[in-house]
Amino acid sequence: MDFAGIIQNILNALQWGSFYSLIALGYCLVYGVLLLINFAHGDIFMVGAYISLFVATLLLGQFGGIPGMPGWLVLTLAVPLVMILTSCVGVTLERIAYRPLRRKGAHRLYVVITALMCGLILENGNLALFGASRRSFPTLVETHVFDVSGVAVTNIKLAVILVAIIAFLFLRFVVVKTKIGMAMRAISYDKFAVPLMGIPIDTVIVFTFVLGSGFAGLAGLMFAMTYPVLDPYMGAMIGWKAFIAAVVGGIGSIRGAFAGGFLLGFVEIMVVAFFPSTLRDLIAFSILLFILWLKPTGLYGVARRTKI
Amino acid sequence: MTGLAHAADDTIKLGFDIPLTGDIPDVGESAKNSAEMLKEQINKDGIKVGDKTYKVEFIYEDNESKAESAVSAANKLITQDEVLGMVGPQSSKQAVPAGEVANNLKTPMVSPWSTNPNTTLDRPYVFRGCFLDTFQGPTAAKFATQEFGAKKAAVLYDIASDYPKGLAEDFKKAFEKMHGEGSVVAFETFTTKDVDFSAQLTNIVKSGAEVLFVPQYYNEVPLIVKQAKALGWDKPILGSDSWGGGDLMGLCGDDCKGYFFVTHYAAAGAKGKTKDFIDAYKAKYNKTPDDVAALTWDSTNLMLQAIKDTGGLTGKTGKDRKAIMKVLGTVKDFDGITGKMSFTPEGDPIKCAVVVKIDDAGNYSFYESVCP
Repeated sequence: MDFAGIIQNILNALQWGSFYSLIALGYCLVYGVLLLINFAHGDIFMVGAYISLFVATLLLGQFGGIPGMPGWLVLTLAVPLVMILTSCVGVTLERIAYRPLRRKGAHRLYVVITALMCGLILENGNLALFGASRRSFPTLVETHVFDVSGVAVTNIKLAVILVAIIAFLFLRFVVVKTKIGMAMRAISYDKFAVPLMGIPIDTVIVFTFVLGSGFAGLAGLMFAMTYPVLDPYMGAMIGWKAFIAAVVGGIGSIRGAFAGGFLLGFVEIMVVAFFPSTLRDLIAFSILLFILWLKPTGLYGVARRTKI
Repeated sequence: MTGLAHAADDTIKLGFDIPLTGDIPDVGESAKNSAEMLKEQINKDGIKVGDKTYKVEFIYEDNESKAESAVSAANKLITQDEVLGMVGPQSSKQAVPAGEVANNLKTPMVSPWSTNPNTTLDRPYVFRGCFLDTFQGPTAAKFATQEFGAKKAAVLYDIASDYPKGLAEDFKKAFEKMHGEGSVVAFETFTTKDVDFSAQLTNIVKSGAEVLFVPQYYNEVPLIVKQAKALGWDKPILGSDSWGGGDLMGLCGDDCKGYFFVTHYAAAGAKGKTKDFIDAYKAKYNKTPDDVAALTWDSTNLMLQAIKDTGGLTGKTGKDRKAIMKVLGTVKDFDGITGKMSFTPEGDPIKCAVVVKIDDAGNYSFYESVCP
């Protein structure tokens, strides 16, 4: 493969890795605070993609309040709206599924199983509501292809990568620099002592779900723009893989989730570029296994309970 | 059989093993719509077999577009529902394993849409209503050569699914026979449910191919086409009959316009019987029937024709199934809406293929017809 081909594949990998990263960030936040693996997160991402479809057609098309809005305006309005609506779904799950269990002091294992169930409920709820047919996501922004000496770059590709980087910087800022971020870290350190300090633990947990689900919604929107064919099971596999990426990065570490997502994206794309595609998951996960074997806490993980 | 049991047996039961959910639900819906329409027409006056008039009953089993579920659906239809014959499964991934079941349980089966040779191979009880990939692949290769003057071709296909895999190999064989070894310059694969093809398409764009052959289903084609364009591919893309089933244009929009695919029939500009069918279907379901609907119509009719030609049913399921199988194998010049067909001893029809162009209005317009 020539030089342009390699650069092209690096760009492809950055785009693909961005989705893993965005989803892995959500796993990481919830795990960091609650030590809960929120297995429903992949399906919240799917719900985010469907909400995007709903929002985009409602604002854009014949049913919309203002017909004939330009695509970029729809997109600008869709981003906050999708994030808010998706975080409502995440918070609802927390309220009806995780909080009651937490109140009753259920073992973490039961909460994880509950999360798995919630994911299945979201998938099949969608299936029952919208049917099994694939949905097409409308074109909000025309794809422009720029040819830079043999490397094809599109505006969407650049936007996706940029969104992932901004999301990472934003979350890192929230967790490290703000007061509520400090509260999140404190809860992860000691869930029982923190309320004694007058920190409203439920509010902080809800905020964590708002952040995590909001960014899953953003990922859903970007994903729907890049791969505009939606189906109810789209979140399952990518959710699993993003979770693995978060673990390899060192679950609970924001830097780790970000790096793990891009690492997985890179390995997958590069394996396909140079080997038959059947070997992709085999090689990709062998490499990840090897990394964990060398460093069981993940790339950025530390063997302490304070993570995030 | 007592007289009483016989009286209750005034229906001919046919089973449909179709994908109502899963990866290609639109295919199942088309098949079911078409079958329901046929059932309504027949049950108006019943169907005369020998000197007795029967009503037909269709039983639909969902195979979830999965091979394992297609097998259990076939088992259920044959052993539990005791159908006389089975129509479906539609795609080869399900039809190949389900054909094994039908053949082992000695039940005639007609797959309307499965073009993979293995579906009927060495299975006297299994038939199909469409042409084969061994015919479709070379047809596509020939078309790519004549229409685009292509000397180098690329293929992108799902290696985990029987249909695209078989067809991709048939295309490669035919194209390399015409242009020499290595003229298929990129032969890239992916796995079912993948959505990102950027690495494969990068290889294809860099390979210098003049045409891209994509034997994939309607839910994957839009993703492939859009990503190919985003990576700078501006040459023709050629598809197979799987493009026609389901809602390709709804998912792909303007991006697929101007491309060609090989298929079984073209709805735009149809005449005679075919037009009657299209009009009736449009009136009932408010959409143009795809090739799955048309082939299901033909296959079900073929099965019913064979039942009629047995000259009378005995009421003993096993014996009747065998009689139907014998008749099906000798059908000559059956005049279906997707063209005339005669069967080879293998259970495969000899019929023509058409190449359609997706025009600027998004219709599949007839471009040329290729006969064996």
